Amino acid sequence: MNPIRNVLQFYTEGFRNMNLGKTLWAIILIKLAIMFLILKIFFFPNFLKENHKISTEEKQDYISTELIKRANP
Amino acid sequence: MNETIDPSLIDWSRAQFALTAMYHWLFVPLTLGLGLIMALMETAYYVTEDLFWKRTVKFWMKLFGINFAIGVATGIILEFEFGTNWSNYSWFVGDIFGAPLAIEGILAFFMESTFVAVMYFGWNKVSKKFHLASTWLTTIGATLSAWWILVANAWMQYPVGMEFNPDTVRNEMNDFLAVAFSPVAVNKFIHTVLSGWVLGAAFVAGISFWFLLKKRETEFAVASLKIAAWFGLIASVLCAIAGDGSAYNVGRVQPMKLAAMEALYEGHTRQGLIALGVVNPDKEAYNDSTPPVLLKLEIPNMLSWLVGRDIQTFVPGIKDIIDGGYPTTNGLALSAAEKMKKGRIAIDALAHYREAVTEGDKERAQLNRNLLKENYPYFGYGYLNKPEELIPNVPLNFYAFRIMVGLGGYFILFFALVLVACYKNKWLSGKFLQWVGILTIPLAYIAGEAGWIVSEAGRQPWAIQDVLPNSAAISRLDVSSVQTTFFVFVVLFAVLLLAEIRIMLREIKKGPEGESH
Repeated sequence: MNPIRNVLQFYTEGFRNMNLGKTLWAIILIKLAIMFLILKIFFFPNFLKENHKISTEEKQDYISTELIKRANP
Repeated sequence: MNETIDPSLIDWSRAQFALTAMYHWLFVPLTLGLGLIMALMETAYYVTEDLFWKRTVKFWMKLFGINFAIGVATGIILEFEFGTNWSNYSWFVGDIFGAPLAIEGILAFFMESTFVAVMYFGWNKVSKKFHLASTWLTTIGATLSAWWILVANAWMQYPVGMEFNPDTVRNEMNDFLAVAFSPVAVNKFIHTVLSGWVLGAAFVAGISFWFLLKKRETEFAVASLKIAAWFGLIASVLCAIAGDGSAYNVGRVQPMKLAAMEALYEGHTRQGLIALGVVNPDKEAYNDSTPPVLLKLEIPNMLSWLVGRDIQTFVPGIKDIIDGGYPTTNGLALSAAEKMKKGRIAIDALAHYREAVTEGDKERAQLNRNLLKENYPYFGYGYLNKPEELIPNVPLNFYAFRIMVGLGGYFILFFALVLVACYKNKWLSGKFLQWVGILTIPLAYIAGEAGWIVSEAGRQPWAIQDVLPNSAAISRLDVSSVQTTFFVFVVLFAVLLLAEIRIMLREIKKGPEGESH
């Protein structure tokens, strides 16, 4: 039999025959959905991109300015 | 100049990171420890072909799966936080942090996800040898992932193998081996992984004792206990030895952390180690004459020996580190004030360098680049307003250290006692030992978390030791946004943890499935 089909069948049968695994996969998928579709998008944007620091030069300038401004005079 | 950051933003950002990291650490050590115990049990099945071992390993594998499912990807939240809350830090550390994390991600994804599937779906479908190899490779994959995470963490404690580039404003790795195999990284990996093994052993022992308490699955419980006791005893002794190595490294590269762990304000040669004591709440300043520790029980000369392998080693206290002038391997230590001055020179040099580059003044740029390089080891001190900011939370470190070490000693005694009990079966039926065994499970978690508190809270105020304090590392966010996500995490983590405990208890109560022989 085709090895790719073997592997696919291995996974398909494995998932189909799960008992406890179904609950655990449901938890994993809900968790990943919360993390990537809610937390990442609405609560954890990339700070530099969010502040319009897109190019490498803009990021370098922003960080160096921040590091210099925050120093104790 | 000097746009200060709201201190509560620093506190909330730290609290959020600590919450996520400590939550993540509830799952990782059990994966490391239980994974290895499962691999040993499956090896017993492979060698003996006794179905008893197959049934045994399948039970523990089920609990491993629950822990894995709830814990998986919780570490990714830390990476979200790096990009949002710690953007200065993330940019500043550049590829030094990025490379180990990328390697970890690839390893975790390919090794763990591939072989975990074979481990659960492969019974009776792949050969016994391939299944056994998959179980071992899952465990090895998880351990190698831990290596890279701990390399990244060790670099924050002991930044080596890099050079700061003022053009990119990043630390650039110039010696991969120095980063990956620094003595701090190697020791941290060994100590941390061993602590995971201890937790895994305590988990298996505790649940086995529960079965004995309920007078169920006695053969399964005793066999699991024997493996857990041997494994736990070896791991806890090795963990203590690695802990000694950690103390040596801390004394060498983070003397302030060591001083906070010991509530040591004025150091001496022949310095004793406080075994027990109470931090004096009346001590207000690092240089007042109030004794820092009350009711102390001290092991004479021990701290000097731990730090320098010689009782004549001078161990600096908090006051010594702030005042400077004590002997080190590189001559007399600088005072905090001198370091702060050098730090400000370094930051000014960065500012002048960038101005000179913009203006095309090559000579001035080179002059300031040299000045920055010369003073860079003290760069972070330029952000401090007063020397007292260098002092970590002394009571937190003092007690967390004693909880970790005290429990470490307890685990050695516990596993030794369980091992003896396994060969004197009568002892195993004693309710006292059974309850002690069950209650040892939470103690193993507490010891692990206490260890991380010492490691991370002891490094404060630094995000990267001596180079970048938290006040410069965090993003300029609204405090309210960090507070919001903190409480979102509290709810999310609590729900997930309750789900895990509920599913775990249900499956433990069911016990191993099928006939044992």
